[in-house]
Amino acid sequence: MKVYQCIVCGYVYDEKAGDPEHGIAPGTRWEDVPDSWACPDCGVAKADFEMKEI
Amino acid sequence: MSATGTGVVIVGSGLAGISVARELRKLDATVPIRVVTADSGGFYSKPNLSNALAAGKSPTQLMLTLREVLEKQLNIRIDAGVRVTNILLAGQVLETTAGRIDYEKLVLAPGAQPIRLAIAGDAAAAVLSVNHIDDYAVFREQLASPSVKRVAILGAGLIGCEFANDLRSAGFEVDVFDIAPQPLGRLLPAQAAAFMRQHLEAAGVRFHFGVGAASVERAGAASGNIYSLTDSVGTVHAVDLVLSAVGLIPDAALAAAAGMVVNRGIVTDRQLRCRIADAESQAGAGRTEVQVFAVGDCAEVEGFNLPYVMPIMAQARALAKTLAGVPTDVAYPAMPVVVKTPACPTVVCPPPPGVVGNWQEDISVDGVRAVFVLPDGSLCGFALCGTATAEKSALAARLPALL
Repeated sequence: MKVYQCIVCGYVYDEKAGDPEHGIAPGTRWEDVPDSWACPDCGVAKADFEMKEI
Repeated sequence: MSATGTGVVIVGSGLAGISVARELRKLDATVPIRVVTADSGGFYSKPNLSNALAAGKSPTQLMLTLREVLEKQLNIRIDAGVRVTNILLAGQVLETTAGRIDYEKLVLAPGAQPIRLAIAGDAAAAVLSVNHIDDYAVFREQLASPSVKRVAILGAGLIGCEFANDLRSAGFEVDVFDIAPQPLGRLLPAQAAAFMRQHLEAAGVRFHFGVGAASVERAGAASGNIYSLTDSVGTVHAVDLVLSAVGLIPDAALAAAAGMVVNRGIVTDRQLRCRIADAESQAGAGRTEVQVFAVGDCAEVEGFNLPYVMPIMAQARALAKTLAGVPTDVAYPAMPVVVKTPACPTVVCPPPPGVVGNWQEDISVDGVRAVFVLPDGSLCGFALCGTATAEKSALAARLPALL
């Protein structure tokens, strides 16, 4: 399981935790997060800003 | 819009300007897009400037995409280091430091400028503001000097508190001055503010509330510090760097000079379209609709000037559709703002200005859950600190849309 960080606002996406509040189940790998998903903190779309692996 | 011709010209290469270019390019592969910017034209995230120090990020590391890469990625032209001096609405021409540039549609995204307080003293000009990656470079360079140990921050708002936390984490002594009685005076109700204060103080930040800065002087060589800051009650503080973070003012000068309606920011409708102050001149220009739009920190959309990332993304997506020929109103859902203070995780969604209601605050040792309730019992805002931040999404879903 990897952890990614939004390059614009610093939000952390942890594959282990997912983002269940926005329909991303715990354990969802980053490549399986849909392109329509947007950073819940700043609204930047996954498709636009690659998250940085940390 | 035709693939030939002058296309869309965007003034400014911050998050707003570049996001419009990016979103428009997704919808239209061929329309010419030209960005005119006084900056280097590279892309970086401004919100990162106030929490990059403890992470050890250099200005070079903060620059995410260089101009040349951005131009190729988005198939756009970026005129870097070019300042727009005038907008000729009738001719749809920009006058710039690099000559005239024609536009079919103009997007103003110049951002906002730091407010500078009137401060006396022979070192008043040495007071820094960090609202640009070049400012950050100067800030980092000064902090790198071994003689800089103690930093004074003017303003205990969102940016002031983020910097205070970041500087403290990086090992500096930090004194924060604000004429308000609490941190984040415009965003947090009393108990949430007290919680924030308590946690930043526990991290070692010293607050001076109800006190402003009167003057900043160069300290004598024997003093061991670089500056002496005299506050508004006459107390003298020995410091090595003074950082001003007292707020931003939309950069609306160019729009105002061109005859557009300007209030706090550049006034737009929900399609981000600017208005001409003199209806005559609009008619004289032979158009029913002015082809000038404003986005980002400079824009006041239906009365809202919101200098945060989420509104910018909402604006950029709506404006891209309008520019691509499908007039689209911007929609603002409730947009919580995350305050990047690791010593006190905080998220706020303030009620719109002027709304009548009451804050109800639940305090525990681990956090504060504050909700703003209207007389009819419905929710209209919130502020969450500590463990209560876990409720962010659940509460945001219960808030009415702003626009």
